[in-house]
Formats: sequence, C-alpha cells, structure tokens
Amino acid sequence: MADAELAVRTEALRKKYGDKEALSGFDLEVPRGVVYGLLGPNGAGKTTAIRVLSTLLKADGGTARVAGFDVSAQAAQVRQRIGLLGQHAAVDEDLSGRQNLVMFGRLYHIGKRNAQRRADELLERFSLTEAGNKPAKQYSGGMRRRLDLAASLILAPGVLFLDEPTTGLDPRGRNDVWESVRGLVADGRTVLLTTQYLEEADQLADMISLIDGGRVVRTGTPDQLKNHLGGDRIEVVLRRPHDLEPAGRIIGSLLGAAPDVDRDNRRVGAVVKDRVAALTSVARTLDENGIEAEDIALRRPTLDEVFLSLTGHGTAVSAESRDKEVTPS
Amino acid sequence: MTAITTPEVPTNPIAKLGWVLADSWTLTLRGLSHWARNPTQVLAGLAFPILMVLLFGGIFGSGMQVEGGGDYMDYLMPGMFVMSMAFGIGETMAGVTADASKGVTDRFRSMPMSAGSVVLGQSIVNMLYSSVVLVILMGCGVIAGWSWQDGFAPALGGFALLLLLRFALLWVGIYLGLVITSPEGASAVYTLLFPLGIVANTFASPEMMPGWLGTIAEWNPLSSTAHATRELFGNPGVGGTSWIAENAMLMSFVWPLLIFLVFFPLAVRKYRALSR
Repeated sequence: MADAELAVRTEALRKKYGDKEALSGFDLEVPRGVVYGLLGPNGAGKTTAIRVLSTLLKADGGTARVAGFDVSAQAAQVRQRIGLLGQHAAVDEDLSGRQNLVMFGRLYHIGKRNAQRRADELLERFSLTEAGNKPAKQYSGGMRRRLDLAASLILAPGVLFLDEPTTGLDPRGRNDVWESVRGLVADGRTVLLTTQYLEEADQLADMISLIDGGRVVRTGTPDQLKNHLGGDRIEVVLRRPHDLEPAGRIIGSLLGAAPDVDRDNRRVGAVVKDRVAALTSVARTLDENGIEAEDIALRRPTLDEVFLSLTGHGTAVSAESRDKEVTPS
Repeated sequence: MTAITTPEVPTNPIAKLGWVLADSWTLTLRGLSHWARNPTQVLAGLAFPILMVLLFGGIFGSGMQVEGGGDYMDYLMPGMFVMSMAFGIGETMAGVTADASKGVTDRFRSMPMSAGSVVLGQSIVNMLYSSVVLVILMGCGVIAGWSWQDGFAPALGGFALLLLLRFALLWVGIYLGLVITSPEGASAVYTLLFPLGIVANTFASPEMMPGWLGTIAEWNPLSSTAHATRELFGNPGVGGTSWIAENAMLMSFVWPLLIFLVFFPLAVRKYRALSR
C-alpha cells in the first residue's frame, strides 16, 4: 500500500527492556479510516507498540510513521495528529470535566475562546454536559473514559490510539466505550486499539493483527482469520453415548473430513465446506441410521481457536503465566 | 462543530518560548483551580505549621533555652519557616507522582508541549503556594509575639532566602516524584522529612545536642538558611563557633545552589528516561 493511504506504518520495530524483547521486528500497516485491532495476550508487545507510535517511547531499531510523519524525527507533528487513550483515564480528577477539556484545549494552542467552545461541544457529544461542572473524581468509570476520549478529540486527530480501552470497566461501561469507538471512524478517522478480549476485537475491528512475542503473527478481517481454521464447523450432540462411533463414521464419510469426537459431551464435530448441504445431509443420514441427535448446529470458529492454532497457546493461558513477570508498562 | 485548524508547531526560539510560557500559565491556572476545588486540603496544609508553632512555642517553649539568651518564640519562628519549606518536598513529590500514576504525564507527553512547560508550571504553582504559606506563618508569628527587629529590607532578604531554599528543594521533590511511584514509597519520604526538619537548628541549638548529632544538625542545609534568616530578621540564637555556623550567610546560598546542581540534572535525566 502507498504511504499516503496508510495511517500507520512500521517496519522492523525493535524494543528491548533488559533481556526481554518487547518488540522483535514489528511490522504493521494500518489503512486510513478503519478500526484496527491489535489482539494478543498480556506481554505480547501491544502496549509497547502503542507507546512507540504515540511518541512516548523510543524504539531501539526500525522505523514508524504515523499520519505520514516519522515518530522520532517529527514527534511534534505526530503529536498534533494523534489522540492517545492509555490504560488509565488520563484526566485531572480534581478538575471538572469542562475544566479538563478547556485546559487540554489551551495546551493544544487553539486559543481560550476556541478551547471553551470545543469543550462544550465535546461534553455534549459524549453526553457529559450535565456532569460538566462536577469534578471528574465523581464520575463513573465509563464517564471518565468518555471524558478521556473527549480530551483526545480536541484537535480532531486523524489517528487515535486506544490501549485496552475497556479494561477494568463493568459491562455497561464497556458498551458505552464500544458505542463511542464505532462513532469515531465515521469522519474518516483511523482507530488503532489493543485488546486482550477476542469479543472486543470481533465486535469493533475491521482488521485485526494477532500479536505474539513482539511481532505480528497474522493479519486479516475477523472473517478471514476465522476461515484460517478451515471455515465453519458442524457439531452434533447425540442422545445415546453408544451412537458416538457410528455417527463419527457417517459424518466423516459424508463430509470427507476427519471428525473429532468428544465423549464427555457426546459430541461429534467436523469442518464443513457447504453449510446448508452439510446440515441437511448429516441430519437425514443420521436419522436413516436410527441415530438420535439432541442438537445439530453450525458455528464459526472463535478468534480464540484461531489464536490457539497459530501460536500454540490461547489468550487466557498466557495472561495467567504473564502475571508472574515484571513488565514495564 | 467549531472548525479548529491545527496550529503550526513553532520552529524559531522566540515562538517556542512563547508556547512554553503559555503552557506554563495554563498549568499555573490548573494549580490555582486545584486550590479552589480543594480548599480543605489547602487549609489542612496550612494548619500543620501553625499547629507546630502553637505546640512547640506554647508547650515546650517555656522549658526551652535559647543559646546566648533571648525569647524562644523569636528563635523558633525562622526554624518553622525553614521547616515548612522542607515539607514542600512532599507537596511537589505528591503532585508529580499523582500525574504520573493517573496517566496525565503520559497525556502531556503525547501532546505538542515541551517538558520545560510542565516543570515550569509545577514550579510556579509550588512557589506561589510556599509564598502564601510563609506569609500566613509570619502573620501567625506576629500574633504569637514574634517580629523582625532590623527593618523591612533585611526581613525581605530573609523571605527571599527561604524561597531560594524552596526552589532548590523543588527539584528534589520532582526527582523523588519521578523515582518513587508507589504510595508506600511516598509516605516513607514524608516520614523522613521529619528528621530532616528536626535534626537541624530549627527547634533547638545544635550546641545543646550530643556532639555527633550536633555536627549533623549544623551541617544540615536547613540550618544554614535558618541561621542566616535569624540574622536577617534580627532574631536570637545566632551563636556558634564552628566554621559552618560562622559562614551561615554564605552557606545559605551555597547549599541551595549545590542541591540544585545535583537534583536538576537528575530530574531532567529521569524525565527523559521515561521514553526509554
């Protein structure tokens, strides 16, 4: 892709903390105007990547351009064109929501009058007008996040970085943030977000890169990534355990794919190519052979399964093992 | 929606300085808003030195003797001024730590503003606060019977010396705030401020302390400033035959300068290391 069409481009980014390689040849191309998800377990290098891209951290090697500017040589230009939402809502809790926005606006040098006008608009847009004069410490987690988001949008940046935007929020706060993020790309903005929640990446992102060990292991749309596992699966739950083997044989020969048999749940599963044809033929043939099914379903593989097949470990497992390491944030 | 044009990042030194000054002013206003939002916190901060004056002057004062004679309250007040400057370390540190832990420092760093503006804003707010504390403490001292004896000009000099010490200690606070990120560490620093403030000539003359403790107290940078301000205010207790006591006026400039020369580069280096 040509540089002009890219919001973010990194080549061979490297960053080491002591002995630990946080980024080890990190290559990324983010087109303009999409929500792009970096999905990976804790410690995969997502936060480090965001911190390099938002000029907070200097990489040891490689290059990174954001909105067409080099993050180390043209940091000031980059800073005018990005918004950053870190893992905590970075607002002054002692000030009111409005005071926060006016202060940040003035620090962006848009002038006092403009800063005040912009503050009111953003409060309105994020449904904070009523709470605008209350100190931010009285806000709920979701409200604080919205204020944080509003502060990031003062200069209407072309690229927005969200580092685990919903970590620590209750389901309501999470939905709140998801709604806001969807609205952000409407005016041609690019959103690059990190998450360890598959559901979040699936819900929000147009494109996803799976990150593991400081590099991108695979990139695609959520559908493409799921197709990587060989498409949809059929799953049949049987009424009687002794039907498992004949059912496995029938499904295997019908679909031409090796079935997997789950004895504990009396379930037989297999990858299908043609969804509807597979469903009808499996249902009919089982019935003809006197095998009673409790449930027959077609389902798409989850991103978790994709991740597992690509990296050999799931996201949850690695999150647990990671808690024992010390990671620079 | 208001159409906002992205301002040009200044390239020449004068325009850059303009941005730094504008940002510092914005951050000064931020500090003043904090005072307005949390008046109880400000009052609590002021109540502490006032309580100390009442406690030491009122309760222990009658039993205290001033080396070379004189009224204990007259001796104590300059010590209290110096001590409240020293406690400013904690105030500066708390501000820096709070911004860092809540991600506000990161937001500033991801914005087109220089590190200089952040620090300058912090300095102005802290120096303003310390000036207010000093004026109020002096007022309390006057009510309790303290006063300066040698005229207004030397007294103003004493005031300036105290703020010089505060300015030097500002960099200690900024450095500690960047190094110590946990609340536990911060409260440990607060605890250490007590011996720093007391093992000095603030409350009692080092000559009356056991030999080794007296020496430490005399070489405490706070002692030089306290001694020098006592001279300028014409307050008692300015005896002492050691070199450090005899050169208190000189040392009240040398110590802050040394502290600044050590902690300013340390703080700058630590701030830069945030991006490593």
